[in-house]
Amino acid sequence: MPRTASKTTKKRSKPYTVTSSDTDPVPSASSKTKKSSKENDEKYKLFNKYANTSSGVIDPEGIEKLCSKLKVSHTDIKILMLAWKMKSERQGYFTKAEWRRALKALKVDTTKKLKKALPELEEQVRKPLNFADFYAYAFRYCLTDERQNCIDIETICQLLDMVLGSTFRDQVDHFVDYLKIQNDYKVITMDQWMGFYRFCNEISFPDMTNYSLELAWPLILDNFFEWMREKQA
Amino acid sequence: MNTISITLVFFFLFVYNYQAVSAAPEQMVTLVDFRNESKVQERFGNQSFRMERKTIDLEQGWDYMQTGITKLKRILEGLPEPQFDSEQYMMLYTTIYNMCTQKPPHDYSQQLYDKYREAFEEYINSTVLPALKEKHDEYMLRELVKRWSNHKVMVRWLSRFFYYLDRYFIARRSLPPLNEVGLTCFRDRVYNELHSKVKDAVIALVDKEREGEQIDRALLKNVLDIYVEIGMGQMERYEADFESFMLLDSASYYSRKASSWIQEDSCPDYMLKSEECLKKERERVAHYLHSSSEPKLVEKVQHELLVVYANQLLEKEHSGCRALLRDDKVDDLSRMYRLYHKIAKGLEPVANIFKQHVTAEGNALVQQAEDTATNQAANIASVQEQVKTVSMFLLVKMLSNLVIHVFFLCFQVLIRKVIELHDKYMVYVVECFQSHTLFHKALKEAFEIFCNKTVAGSSSAELLATFCDNILKKGGSEKLSDEAIEDTLEKVVKLLAYISDKDLFAEFYRKKLARRLLFDRSANDDHERSILTKLKQQCGGQFTSKMEGMVTDLTLARENQTSFEEYLGNNPAANPGIDLTVTVLTTGFWPSYKSFDINLPSEMVKCVEVFKGFYETKTKHRKLTWIYSLGTCHLNGKFDHKPIELVVSTYQAAVLLLFNTTDKLSYNDILTQLNLSHEDLVRLLHSLSCARYKILTKEPSTKTVSQTDSFEFNAKFTDRMRRIKIPLPPVDERKKVVEDVDKDRRYAIDAAIVRIMKSRKVLGHQQLVSECVEQLSRMFKPDIKAIKKRMEDLITRDYLERDKENPNMFRYLA
Repeated sequence: MPRTASKTTKKRSKPYTVTSSDTDPVPSASSKTKKSSKENDEKYKLFNKYANTSSGVIDPEGIEKLCSKLKVSHTDIKILMLAWKMKSERQGYFTKAEWRRALKALKVDTTKKLKKALPELEEQVRKPLNFADFYAYAFRYCLTDERQNCIDIETICQLLDMVLGSTFRDQVDHFVDYLKIQNDYKVITMDQWMGFYRFCNEISFPDMTNYSLELAWPLILDNFFEWMREKQA
Repeated sequence: MNTISITLVFFFLFVYNYQAVSAAPEQMVTLVDFRNESKVQERFGNQSFRMERKTIDLEQGWDYMQTGITKLKRILEGLPEPQFDSEQYMMLYTTIYNMCTQKPPHDYSQQLYDKYREAFEEYINSTVLPALKEKHDEYMLRELVKRWSNHKVMVRWLSRFFYYLDRYFIARRSLPPLNEVGLTCFRDRVYNELHSKVKDAVIALVDKEREGEQIDRALLKNVLDIYVEIGMGQMERYEADFESFMLLDSASYYSRKASSWIQEDSCPDYMLKSEECLKKERERVAHYLHSSSEPKLVEKVQHELLVVYANQLLEKEHSGCRALLRDDKVDDLSRMYRLYHKIAKGLEPVANIFKQHVTAEGNALVQQAEDTATNQAANIASVQEQVKTVSMFLLVKMLSNLVIHVFFLCFQVLIRKVIELHDKYMVYVVECFQSHTLFHKALKEAFEIFCNKTVAGSSSAELLATFCDNILKKGGSEKLSDEAIEDTLEKVVKLLAYISDKDLFAEFYRKKLARRLLFDRSANDDHERSILTKLKQQCGGQFTSKMEGMVTDLTLARENQTSFEEYLGNNPAANPGIDLTVTVLTTGFWPSYKSFDINLPSEMVKCVEVFKGFYETKTKHRKLTWIYSLGTCHLNGKFDHKPIELVVSTYQAAVLLLFNTTDKLSYNDILTQLNLSHEDLVRLLHSLSCARYKILTKEPSTKTVSQTDSFEFNAKFTDRMRRIKIPLPPVDERKKVVEDVDKDRRYAIDAAIVRIMKSRKVLGHQQLVSECVEQLSRMFKPDIKAIKKRMEDLITRDYLERDKENPNMFRYLA
């Protein structure tokens, strides 16, 4: 019991980065507590069902399989939320540790239960505090190379549509239009990505009366603002 | 005992009288006759000696005092009455003394103190007030002055008779002293009754004087002195009972005047009148008002005349500030400055109009240059069009050169005119406006507005650099004396202060300087150095360090050439058999040039090798990069008619030398042999086969070079000159310069942001931007968007981060 307690606190205290201890081979597998080992066995069984046997991780193919079982598209926001819950580090791959983390937190051990848990997960993610974190995670999740720090416009447009489409439809539509028309930017940085989220939350749209060019909005939003103004005039 | 005390008193009195006389020598009434001084002393001595201390009762004593008081009143009223002699005076004093020194209940101090006051009151009620009330206006004022002066005399004498009260009774009881009681009586009875009427009378006289009538200034002075004296050391009475009304009246007087003048008079006339009025009001204060009134009065008058109608006055359509500036009315402008500089914020509108005026003139100059340039260009273009139809290609070419020349001339004229404009208005600032900072600022701001406009597509920074080039180069279009050149350079540098893109100027200047230095076109080394000194003074050492480096490089290069020639003399084997001059330059100082890998003809390759050999004997670890595009060659053309020396660029020479071995070459042959870009090769071949001097004949013989053409040496070419320079039109470098400057600016902004953040660690967005602008403004006016962009770039490069709590804050990441 005390071990599980310590586990949960660790998880809370490190909401952003996945530490090495988290990815360690799970020590509780050899645990003497029968109940928990049994639980773990169940989760592993489920994991192994989707994992690639040679690499020992769930690869894009496995995810595809999981999605079809869960009856959701792999581009569905829920899968991204699941990845967030797992703190998955690499796009398209779930490791055993990541898998365990999410399933334990969701308290599920079968695909069926997982399917049921998904709406609940979405609700949880939609809470403002979690959502900001999830939003930032969505950007990081799309960085495939270690030295990469920005994402091409096309991917950003899809990602925006997926992540903010349901809450800020209007803003996303206009911004995506703008991104496709402009020639100044070919990629979007984390700062600009976060700036847009702040924009959606703080700026009344579409009148944008409380937007100020004097403030530290990323330049791309200044340009967007001016473009909108021109269009409105 | 008695004797001693009386003698003492006498002594005291004597001194007292003496003081009184000397203090008021102009006194109208003399009360004591001292002609028989020794007799007085003797008689007094005798009398006192005989005196018995008999108790005097109040009635008896007062009766005696009454006789003295009545005598005094008669004297004051100017009735025939002998003056007081010392004995009478002594007796009066002694009576009081005795009555106050008797044992109670016969000590009449209190009663006498009251009676003293009553004596004044009685006199005022019975005589003074009736006399004053029956007179009016100026006559009343005269009466008042007389009465006041009499009253003061009365106070002085009565208080002497009763002096003993002051010494003991009053002092012990802390009552108002006699002198004060006397004055208070006048104040309470007369002054309080009349001051309002008096004030009206005085103000009426003041207004009369304002209208030009003569008035008795001495009378007013005396009247107003009453207001001051009645205050007994305080200015309250004067201020409350007179000054405040006088100020109000003055204000309404001048308000009336101003409202009619502003309608009737022109601005200069109005200012003349105002200045005159202010002068007169100051004189008025000097003549009869209290000096403390001056600032208040002047302020009122200024307010009514100058502040209230400031806008109307300055904006008067045909004579206001604008018109004065337009018509160069220097005197009126100086007057305007004199009048308004004393008024808080008074000069601001004037400075504003000045700024607008200068801006308008400057804009007009810019517009004029632009119009002339485009008109002439259009004229030439239409001629060009007509000529084209008759297909006279050469003429067309000449005409487009003419367009460039016309533009150039327009710009030269523009800069000249701008300098003249600056000279003219600087004189205004210094002379009319006394070098007031507000006007310096206005002039600066005005020039900043139109000096930063682009004219026919050229930035002012470029125009200014071209202007300098034209002055400094050999055979520039202006023939000027050395002094005139120095003077012009000085002014150009001053103008540069108004240009925000100083870095752009520096870049253009460096390009032109490089051409002057490398092609030996600089007219005078001293002038080159002199302008650099001026630039250095104004823009700092960093601004000119590269330019100075360039000038120094050239001096070093000359020395280097000498030692190269020595080296060749000592090593005859190394001599390539061709005269070779190499100018070695320091990379960082000079503008960047493209260095292509052109395949040089073997003769030149040899030269290069020889020089390398020489250079290595002098220095190690230095890499020479050869920029052939800047080279010049002298070739000997052996034409059929006569040999002609051809002065060409190294590239042109490389093309021509190919024809030493072959008679005919195709475009592609030349291209592969020289390894040049199409663009460059077309330009070269055009200059040699299609321009004025056709050293090569082209097949087919058209006016443009195409890649399928072939070329042949034109042995029949000849010219009347023995030596000709075959020009190679320069590539337009403007775009490159602008790009270079843009790149440099990005670095400069990055550096500024990092510098600021390094010292501040955490800083708000707006503050960071403004500090950045501030830091960079010496060199250029950075675009806010550019700064933002650089900040975002620094965020991605992990120099900065946005604060997690406040997205408008940035943190420096060390």
